[in-house]
Amino acid sequence: MHRTDALAEGDRVMTVCNACRYCEGLCAVFPAMEMRRSFADGDLDYLANLCHHCGACFYDCQFAPPHEFNVNVPLALAKIRAQSYARNTWPGFFSPLFARNAVAVSALALASLVGFLAGFALAGANALFRAHAGPGAFYVIMSHHAMVVVFGIAFLAALAALAAGLAHFWRGISEPAATLASPALLAAATHDAATLRYLDGGGAGCMNEDERPTDRRALFHHLAFWGFLSCFAATCVGTIYHYGLGREAPYPWWDLPVVLGTLGGFGLVVGTPGLLLARLRRDPAIADAANSGMETTFIVMLFLTALSGLAVLFFRATPAMAVLLALHLGIVFTLFLAFPYGKFVHGLYRFAALVRYARERRTLAATPDRGS
Amino acid sequence: MQEFAPDVLVAGGGNAALCAAIAARRAGASVLVLEAAPRFYRGGNSRHTRNMRVAHDTATANLTGRYTEEEFRDDLLRVTSGATDDDLARLMIHESKDMVHWIGAQGVRFQPPLSGTLSLGRTNSFFLGGGRAMLNALYRTAEALGVAVRYDSEIVDLAIDDNHFKAAVVLENGARYSVPARAFVAAAGGFEANTEWLEKAWGPSAGNFLIRGSPYNRGTVLKCLLEKGAAEVGDPTQCHAVAIDARAPKFDGGIITRLDCVVFGIVVNRHAERFSDEGEDIWPKRYAIWGRLVAAQPDQIAYILFDARAITLFMPSLYPPIQADDIRTLAARLDLDPDALETTVAGFNAACRPGRFDPEILDDCATVGLVPPKSHWARPLTTAPFYAYPVRPGITFTYLGTRVNSEARLLMQDGRAASNMFAAGEIMAGNVLGRGYAAGIGMTIGSVFGRIAGTGAARHAQD
Ligand SMILES: Cc1cc2nc3c(=O)[nH]c(=O)nc-3n(C[C@H](O)[C@H](O)[C@H](O)COP(=O)(O)OP(=O)(O)OC[C@H]3O[C@@H](n4cnc5c(N)ncnc54)[C@H](O)[C@@H]3O)c2cc1C
Ligand code: HEM
Ligand code: SF4
Ligand code: SF4
Repeated sequence: MHRTDALAEGDRVMTVCNACRYCEGLCAVFPAMEMRRSFADGDLDYLANLCHHCGACFYDCQFAPPHEFNVNVPLALAKIRAQSYARNTWPGFFSPLFARNAVAVSALALASLVGFLAGFALAGANALFRAHAGPGAFYVIMSHHAMVVVFGIAFLAALAALAAGLAHFWRGISEPAATLASPALLAAATHDAATLRYLDGGGAGCMNEDERPTDRRALFHHLAFWGFLSCFAATCVGTIYHYGLGREAPYPWWDLPVVLGTLGGFGLVVGTPGLLLARLRRDPAIADAANSGMETTFIVMLFLTALSGLAVLFFRATPAMAVLLALHLGIVFTLFLAFPYGKFVHGLYRFAALVRYARERRTLAATPDRGS
Repeated sequence: MQEFAPDVLVAGGGNAALCAAIAARRAGASVLVLEAAPRFYRGGNSRHTRNMRVAHDTATANLTGRYTEEEFRDDLLRVTSGATDDDLARLMIHESKDMVHWIGAQGVRFQPPLSGTLSLGRTNSFFLGGGRAMLNALYRTAEALGVAVRYDSEIVDLAIDDNHFKAAVVLENGARYSVPARAFVAAAGGFEANTEWLEKAWGPSAGNFLIRGSPYNRGTVLKCLLEKGAAEVGDPTQCHAVAIDARAPKFDGGIITRLDCVVFGIVVNRHAERFSDEGEDIWPKRYAIWGRLVAAQPDQIAYILFDARAITLFMPSLYPPIQADDIRTLAARLDLDPDALETTVAGFNAACRPGRFDPEILDDCATVGLVPPKSHWARPLTTAPFYAYPVRPGITFTYLGTRVNSEARLLMQDGRAASNMFAAGEIMAGNVLGRGYAAGIGMTIGSVFGRIAGTGAARHAQD
């Protein structure tokens, strides 16, 4: 019937929930579930990615373990979610990378670091340990042209793989392509994603360690998410400066790319440890232990990206700059290349699920009444 | 065990108990809650609830329209056929208005009605996340205020002297000890999980009943109180029972084993014979009689049969229906006599008068010349596959309890009010709900009288 045990368990749990529905007010998963009477693999992939793992429905459930009905929605959906990441990967033979994410990403990071250091050395060994200053100082070490080529390729490759994965996911949940083309639905989903609307336990707050809604993941995610976007924006502005205005990095501290990069870097440096701490403190009952490697790897990579970026900023006038820059570029290169093969895809599939939910919300039909 | 003599001792850990504990603590008393269940199962049947009935003069964010005190009282009089103490009922209904705000201030959150229960959206306020979420909020608040809570602590005896509470005897993980207190609040629920007691009231057939809620509601506190001089109230021979899936566990199956498809099919007993009008009235008005109807059948089991046309008309339930392509095979799967079932279905099909089927209203699809008749939604079972759910009586709660006055103080058999004993919740629900049921009233009784009892107990303890 189902492709995996995790999907079979998801079906079982959703069938219990559909007969109960007490959690209807907590998030989008339950109203979406109520629109169905049975749960095929595609439905479960969709519901799993709609779930924000806020934990509320586990602690609110009268049938949670040790009850014999053993209802654990956050865990059941987390397992399905992780499987959906791997299954939708493009190219398909990369899907084992999710299971061995930490090893794969570390190896790639190491290789990139060595590559950048070697490249710098070849470009001019004597340039490596000297202090540089003024516009174009970075490009003494690595030409701007080379940077654009190397990162452009990595970025485009990641983008292509993410797009292919998304297309696969979308077909798997059997949603028409037209839904993704509706500006109104995209706007609704963007709002829900940007505000993390469903990471709040229906207004009561998220739960992570126990039934007290003390979890601050939404706050730390905002710091990390907006921090990341801010860093990304810094890079875009820098590119515009370079090609549009002919201004070369490094820019003064008050200039837009530096301000955006610094703020974003701080957001990530504060946000990611917050998320990591939440992950470490998580109640084992709702933690998907099998996939924690992938998730921790993603958090650590984001943290290192930000930390190394800030280090380049603070020490850019010292002899350490070149090595730090190699470190930073190596990490960023790895981060981008690994995007399609790690936890990063959660943002993509969750967004896609929110778009579909925005469509379904419109067609929410009344169900037959059932007294008390 | 450690010696701790609280001002107020609360027996039980459900809605009534926690409301009493919080109210007593807020009134300045030291409070100990003794809960028989382990921590996960804390809160008895309140864990399984989803809403409470409250009077209100205007619509709110979560209540769709006004529900006046008069209307609430009319509803109560109707469902109980007058078996209610009118003074207590009026008090409860009046207090329900403020109670919903008070309980909100204790951290309980509400939401608009659940789909499938929209008809209750005007009268009942739904807990966000259901009863366990509601209890978690109450426990959090109670603990933050300094209420002490002990789990796995069953009260097995009470020391009562001349209508005066002295101490409770507690069994905690095999250890017996006594807890003295200045005042006592009995909020330990009904006795629906006590099979021996049920068998005394209903005979051996009660052994086949399923218990929808907590296995810890064994009525020990109620029994002690009645034996030690408390006056009783409510019908000892009645309980609220509905027909639930026979495959449900003996205890604690909760809401999800209910079946709402009786009106769309026929119901037969072990002899494959129909025994009641399945389409007498709309389901919310009839679901509560089917527990007793099934209880009266041989072996306390019955089977709801319907065909492919009905499968999507009702709320999905926990277990899949038993299914077959013809009636004979279905009978075999249910262990019924195939000839008898075929005869019953054929007789029913032949008696169905053509009409306009409409599940939303009392339609004109009825049987002619059939005994018992099916008055509405009677459509011949002709479209394969055919489905069946086996059902048994599932007990929701019991009516027998302790009599109280408007201070939630126990009234004793000698006619006096107890000096320091109070009761709240299902253990005294029979005062206002002597018979019948209106959805959401169990939680209203618990919260309103819990708050009154806790406040009164604290006042007494501090005098
Ligand atoms: C499936 C189901 C759904 C329901 N849905 C609703 C609903 O939506 N709305 C509604 O209003 N009502 C509903 N009810 C009825 C409702 O559950 C009860 O009316 C209500 O919970 C009673 O509250 P209480 O606090 O008096 O008792 P309970 O919540 O049952 O609490 C009794 C407590 O006493 C403890 N206890 C028992 N014996 C001892 C002892 N000897 N020593 C120490 N502790 C003891 C128990 O462990 C428990 O914690 C439902 C009932 C069921 C079974
Ligand atoms: C569409 C946008 C996004 C949505 C809706 C979203 C949502 C979520 C949610 C609900 C979680 C918590 C549950 C879980 O661990 O899966 C989470 C975790 C996380 N997200 Fe996002 N996210 C988005 C994009 C991003 C982006 C762009 C980044 C950074 C690049 C990011 C970084 C993280 C991190 C680091 C975690 C913690 C991982 C963990 O603890 O396992 N997210 N996200
Ligand atoms: S998680 Fe539990 S309480 Fe919530 S809908 Fe599912 S079964 Fe019901
Ligand atoms: S964990 Fe939170 S987001 Fe996920 S299904 Fe449960 S309530 Fe919804």
